[in-house]
Amino acid sequence: MSAGQGIFRAAVLDPARPSPAGLSDGRGHAAGKRFDVYRNNVAVGLTEVLETGFPVIRKLIGEDRFSAVCGVFLRQSPPASPILSRYGDGFPAFLAGFEPLAHLRYLADVAALELAIRQSYHAADALPILPESLSAVPPERVDDLRLGLAPALRVVRSHWPIHDIWSYNTVENAPKPAPVAQDVLITRPEFDPAPQVLPPGGAGFIAALQQGATLGTAAEQAARDAPDFDLGEVLALLLAGNAIVSADLPGDGHA
Amino acid sequence: MPDPSVRLTTLPAAPGVGYKPQHFADIMRDPGGVAWFEIHAENYMGDGGRPIAQLRHLAERHPVSVHGIGLGIGGEGRLDPDHLTRLKHLCDWLTPASFSEHLAWSSHEGAYLNDLLPLPYTAATLACVADHIDETQEALGRPMLLENPSSYLVFDESTMSEPEFLGELARRTGCGLLLDVNNVFVSATNLGMSALAYLDAFPLARVGELHLGGHHEDADEHGAPLLIDSHDHAITEPVWTLLDETFARLGACPVLIERDDDIPPWPTLEAEAARAGRALARAVKRAAA
Repeated sequence: MSAGQGIFRAAVLDPARPSPAGLSDGRGHAAGKRFDVYRNNVAVGLTEVLETGFPVIRKLIGEDRFSAVCGVFLRQSPPASPILSRYGDGFPAFLAGFEPLAHLRYLADVAALELAIRQSYHAADALPILPESLSAVPPERVDDLRLGLAPALRVVRSHWPIHDIWSYNTVENAPKPAPVAQDVLITRPEFDPAPQVLPPGGAGFIAALQQGATLGTAAEQAARDAPDFDLGEVLALLLAGNAIVSADLPGDGHA
Repeated sequence: MPDPSVRLTTLPAAPGVGYKPQHFADIMRDPGGVAWFEIHAENYMGDGGRPIAQLRHLAERHPVSVHGIGLGIGGEGRLDPDHLTRLKHLCDWLTPASFSEHLAWSSHEGAYLNDLLPLPYTAATLACVADHIDETQEALGRPMLLENPSSYLVFDESTMSEPEFLGELARRTGCGLLLDVNNVFVSATNLGMSALAYLDAFPLARVGELHLGGHHEDADEHGAPLLIDSHDHAITEPVWTLLDETFARLGACPVLIERDDDIPPWPTLEAEAARAGRALARAVKRAAA
């Protein structure tokens, strides 16, 4: 086929370009406004995808400004695949560098939280371990445990109160955000992702587990970062969120 | 070459509805006279969670048709091998009663534009689309249905009519066709053609499924009608009439109610499906008389 589709694509994404030559309305006129149907379908369709994915960002900056921001983003970064539930991976970074919204410094991190919630929703299923299987481990061997975490688990770290900004805009009667840094843990107990604030050291502990550290090493690392790190509290959050899917001891396999 | 012993679809010749997650509980309780459901393939390409779990439940109880949106059979570049693999994975675990895609393109050099974009109908595009259909049918290990698009404009370089083009594709590749009756009405209105003449020219023997959806009315700068295939309205009366004309020519065939935006409560779609079922029953009765 001719160079047609490249020209068509460029004109669809850029309303300032003329519509491609050689198109008509079937009645002897040039296609004119009819080409705009495609321009409109593409821009409106992708904006709706971003609205579905980032409802809190839309609420925070307002519908009109959100549409305008999406218009810039979708032309610069159209989807890389037809799986639109994944569209917007680059939106948090885009917002971080988007000059007109630079004064809303928390925005990119809130977008990262919304993206992580969506990723958690679509992540693979995995059977959690029973809490009893941890309590059955002999105390002297607990430090050697290697914990496998659920594919739906996500952690988003921020200098801003992103959990409270998110909940204030999605949950009725949620408290007003206070100016604190928040790390957010997302677990998916069944099908609905559940974001909650991680206690100090929690994010570092989970990151260490994800890199393959034993429970003991991960807890030590977390305690160095946050002296009041409470291992029991974080394990309880993970267990309640069905987020631990394996617990292995060296030598004798499963705990 | 087409193998006439291969069935294009195993969907029942009865009304179906495009599945929307918000109707899951209604459908599980009582699907009424709706005999099958169609999903958009790309909405079920995540790794797990509720969408996949609900689809498994749906497919345990009802025939399911997989309708692809994003493969871009009409693209001038090669098909995305990753996307073909994802489609194969979905068809392998779901074993749908039918797989269909569009005569359109949507990706160009790695950018997915999320719309069904048009192509000219020439010898060159025919060869390219036929190759893509062959590749898809081979990858999936099943025949596919190809859907007629809704048109807003025509390419001056086209040398074939759309029914001719689709008929030749079916002949070369053995694929079946999905006839979207609303798209016939939308295209005919937009391009100043006769919808009935289109039906008369269409290779109906290759049709394995019908689509019915709503459109939105606009006008172009010359005041000519410009209908947009928006799937956000009830099916209009002229499209119901055209469905009767289609059944009269085609006989019984699976028929789908499509609604993708401004989704109404389940009973509204169930009622549209029941109406399509009555049109189908009338055609069967007339054929038997």
